[in-house]
Amino acid sequence: MQQVKYIFKKEFGAYFVSPIAYIVISIFLLITGWFFFMTFFLYNQANLRNFFGLLPITFSFVIPAVTMRLFSEELNTGSYEILLTMPVRFKDVVLGKFLAGVAFVGAMLVPTLSYPLIISFLGPLDWGPVIGGYIGALLLAASFTSIGLFASSLTRNQIVAFIIGMAICFSLTLIDKMLFFLPQSLLGFLEHLGADFHFGNISKGIIDSRDVLYFLSLSFIALYGTGLAMEEKS
Amino acid sequence: MIHAENLTRYYKDLCAVDRINFDIQKGEIMGLLGPNGAGKTTVLRMLTGYLKPTSGTIQVKEYGIDTHPLQIKKLMGYLPEAAPLYQDMLVYDYLHYVANIRELERQQKMPRVRHLADLCGLNGVMHKPIGELSKGFKQRVGLAHAMMNDPEILIMDEPTSGLDPNQIVEIRQIIKEIGKEKTVILSTHILNEAEATCDRVMIINQGKIVADGSMDTLKQKGRGEDLISISLRNAEYQSVEKELCAINGVVSVAEDDGEDEAMKVKVVCKSTTDLREEIYMKVKATDWILLELTRETQTLENIFQDLTKEN
Repeated sequence: MQQVKYIFKKEFGAYFVSPIAYIVISIFLLITGWFFFMTFFLYNQANLRNFFGLLPITFSFVIPAVTMRLFSEELNTGSYEILLTMPVRFKDVVLGKFLAGVAFVGAMLVPTLSYPLIISFLGPLDWGPVIGGYIGALLLAASFTSIGLFASSLTRNQIVAFIIGMAICFSLTLIDKMLFFLPQSLLGFLEHLGADFHFGNISKGIIDSRDVLYFLSLSFIALYGTGLAMEEKS
Repeated sequence: MIHAENLTRYYKDLCAVDRINFDIQKGEIMGLLGPNGAGKTTVLRMLTGYLKPTSGTIQVKEYGIDTHPLQIKKLMGYLPEAAPLYQDMLVYDYLHYVANIRELERQQKMPRVRHLADLCGLNGVMHKPIGELSKGFKQRVGLAHAMMNDPEILIMDEPTSGLDPNQIVEIRQIIKEIGKEKTVILSTHILNEAEATCDRVMIINQGKIVADGSMDTLKQKGRGEDLISISLRNAEYQSVEKELCAINGVVSVAEDDGEDEAMKVKVVCKSTTDLREEIYMKVKATDWILLELTRETQTLENIFQDLTKEN
């Protein structure tokens, strides 16, 4: 388990030595800030519903951009060989990189804590949905990070990794909005596949074990897939 | 120390390594030679546990590679070809990261990193990003990386490629130094390098071992023929041929392009005896004028070509 810690430290540090981290954080804050405050004063309601409502869509392309380098870069430069010939297990590598990605998304969310703080001065803010929203955001981030990590483990090209990750995340986000094409009988089942659907529940402040389980199992499946992709390479 | 049996590796349909067997003893410096694409790197990658053999087994000490890969990796230090390191990291940070992953004791980390920096001549670049270093320095960082845990087995894939002659000499010295106590396996396609550093060489071609042994035994194993070239003046080829063929042990005689008046003759003979004396006596008995008489033993290049060109 020591190795997980050191890989996490190295990966998390690597985000901040290159400019990518700062660019991604800026873009994320710009987009969420703009779309949130554009309508905030029109609705004239002291809540963060709009901010959280947009999060699955923004995460669908921001998180794959964060995770795309985690494996692809190593595969491309060949440092993957150096990493794997040190005494580490596949799961140490996967977990270390995954946690670094989640921690980075967490760091990205920290500045947005200023929104509820500001809003609480403007009107009566219900903190329940805000806390639920942030818990949900972390769960969503965890599952999208693991999907992005999986995409990254498939290819040595970072752009391809980004596109694969984004495609999967977008499909999961939008799946419950496209269901009107499908027969009624399938609807109930497929609705539960949507990340947006489960995130919506949590961000209302209702922490249901089914939704938590959904995100955890999604993360687990994607991380397991990453492990298999690594196995395949050896 | 290392025991490999029936080691085979396929890349899809391509057979890179084909049922090879070898044993490596403790304290040996072994050179893996072969033309490009012979399977050298694949063998090394399987030994380090980076690639899984398609079939066959590798045993390092008492550990099997499929049952105890982690223990084996702890015994080994590995320098891949062209030292692919993290470009953005500082040398100092990188070496500490490796020390951490290698689970060095807390109070050992600093002295070990310092010692390796001295040994590999890295003191001037410790606070530079690896990506900005020249190829030689990257290779040195890679070497420091490989020696971090003071490994019992050091595996290096073309350790001197891309280095300047001074650096090559330095690295060879380091390898020899380490090889006094440790087992070293290195791959190269530079024959002089193998000759200069290795106790034992293994030549592989198309995934198979074509020769294995010390440098001297390999040389003896060659064609078993020596070449003597003679320059003569005042002689006719036909009579020369007749005279020389009469000597016991001469395999063939051929005329070579000579200079203006001199005639060059190449004599192929068995390498068991030295025929220079007898040839000289023959020449002395005639009125030919001997300008030159040299014996060439089999060079490593010849042996290498013989062994790898066939098929």
